[in-house]
Amino acid sequence: MSASPAIRSQIDGRNPADLSAPVRIAVKDLNFYYGSFHGLKNINLDFRDRQVTALIGPSGCGKSTLLRTFNRIYSLYPEQRAEGQILLDGQNVLDSKVDLNELRSRIGMVFQKPTPFPMSIYDNVAFGLRLYERLPKAELDVRVEESLRKAALWDEVKDKLKQSGMGLSGGQQQRLCIARTVAQRPEVILFDEPTSALDPISTGRIEELIEQLRSEFTIVIVTHNMQQAARISQFTAFMYLGELIEFDATTKIFMNPAKRQTQDYITGRFG
Amino acid sequence: MDATNPLATTGRGPSASRVRSGRRIADRILILASTAATMLGIVVLGSILLMLIVEGVKGFTPELFTAPTPGPGSEGGGIANAILGSLIMTFIGIVIATPIGLMAGTFLAEYGKTSKIADVIRFLNDVLLSAPSILIGLFVYTLMVRPMGTYSGWAGAVALAIIAVPVIVRTTEDMLRLVPSPMREAAAALGAPRSLVIRAITWRAASAGIVTGIILALARIAGETAPLLFTALNNNSWFNANLLGGVPNLPVMIYQFALSPYPNWQSLAWAGALLITVTILALSVLARFVIKEQRQR
Repeated sequence: MSASPAIRSQIDGRNPADLSAPVRIAVKDLNFYYGSFHGLKNINLDFRDRQVTALIGPSGCGKSTLLRTFNRIYSLYPEQRAEGQILLDGQNVLDSKVDLNELRSRIGMVFQKPTPFPMSIYDNVAFGLRLYERLPKAELDVRVEESLRKAALWDEVKDKLKQSGMGLSGGQQQRLCIARTVAQRPEVILFDEPTSALDPISTGRIEELIEQLRSEFTIVIVTHNMQQAARISQFTAFMYLGELIEFDATTKIFMNPAKRQTQDYITGRFG
Repeated sequence: MDATNPLATTGRGPSASRVRSGRRIADRILILASTAATMLGIVVLGSILLMLIVEGVKGFTPELFTAPTPGPGSEGGGIANAILGSLIMTFIGIVIATPIGLMAGTFLAEYGKTSKIADVIRFLNDVLLSAPSILIGLFVYTLMVRPMGTYSGWAGAVALAIIAVPVIVRTTEDMLRLVPSPMREAAAALGAPRSLVIRAITWRAASAGIVTGIILALARIAGETAPLLFTALNNNSWFNANLLGGVPNLPVMIYQFALSPYPNWQSLAWAGALLITVTILALSVLARFVIKEQRQR
């Protein structure tokens, strides 16, 4: 038995999983701890270049935790730690010698709630650019515009770049955060439930955007919405209680899952 | 339900209605008591304010703001020197207190958080927040006035700063904690080092709250008398610019003039008291306004 017709009909046959794409991030024997709580158990998983990989599973299954290991954002909190390897282009990001700020400029992240900074729209996008590049004003202008265009926000904000980013609608704020992230030209973009705080129309726009961004970036998205995973991803990983249950092409996961637990979850029997 | 249990029959019947009317009476009594307590508070405060306005307004003449305090037995006079002295010491006090309070509050909210040292600092800060201000006056007296051999405006300003610091520490910490952690994470996720996240993002996000804390600290020290009694003291002349020697100031002037036998001194004390009250009121209103502006942004 496969997922409900409502989910199956969402699967986008135009973009099948590209199994020949090179591996961008390789997770090897990853374990994660919140203090003494064992949050991730022996995760092994490959993320392929310029593919969208969705992480699904019930709340508390560890999907956000896994996402937060890739840019080591968890290290803001001293009681959290990871063991194992996460190879980004062959380099272990969990190595203590890795320059965190440099790593984070290569792996962008968009959060569940839009997080515009308390500054102008222009400065929001330029914030990440100014961290690593000393660009002349004219070139900075070009990069800001390019990023806002990629985030499908330029037409809505081009006349009010000096206004506060906090004044935009929720969906616009989220696209501003995406613009801010793509401005740094990262290799990977992590999305942590990017549409769960948005209305359906804004959600649709963000999903279209993710589809466009796939041509340039490797994308990992955490979502609790299975239809969304079916719509926008090429690969899907199903997680449960800190373990990776099944990982495969999205079509396979939703049409013909190998594991009983995956099947129960996608058919809505639990979760 | 057990029919033989008498308690099981409650819910309807005469005993239930007795319970309800009993509750209604208790309810009325509580409303009456709290209303009475509120009225008492308002009446006391209102009569103080009314008295202050009636008596204080009489002294509001142009001379109040231009002439220095008069000597004993002389007619007229103003409080211009006390106003200026208070302004200068309050200003220096807040200039000293703001960076200390801001940095300490930032440490507590961003770096120390739950560490032992942060807990100790937080506890000491709370103690300092409620320490009797006369103790702070005596502390600065020992620290500065005795070694320097003279009362001084500097000592006064330092005493005021010590009172302002804990207020600023507390509000800064509270306001920084209100900044949602995804905002910090988002900045860190772009590769911003921690010090930049704090300077460019969290301080900015909490700026209205922090400024409000500084304004409230200003309001707090503007009316402090006790810490100035042992430090700046007071005098009746214009003071010299280096702030050494007694520096005239409103609170101590009010204290001394109110106790004096001269009617013109008493009238100046009333006017000074009204001036301070109006200033503090204006600062509080300004603080509320700043917060409201932030909410609307």
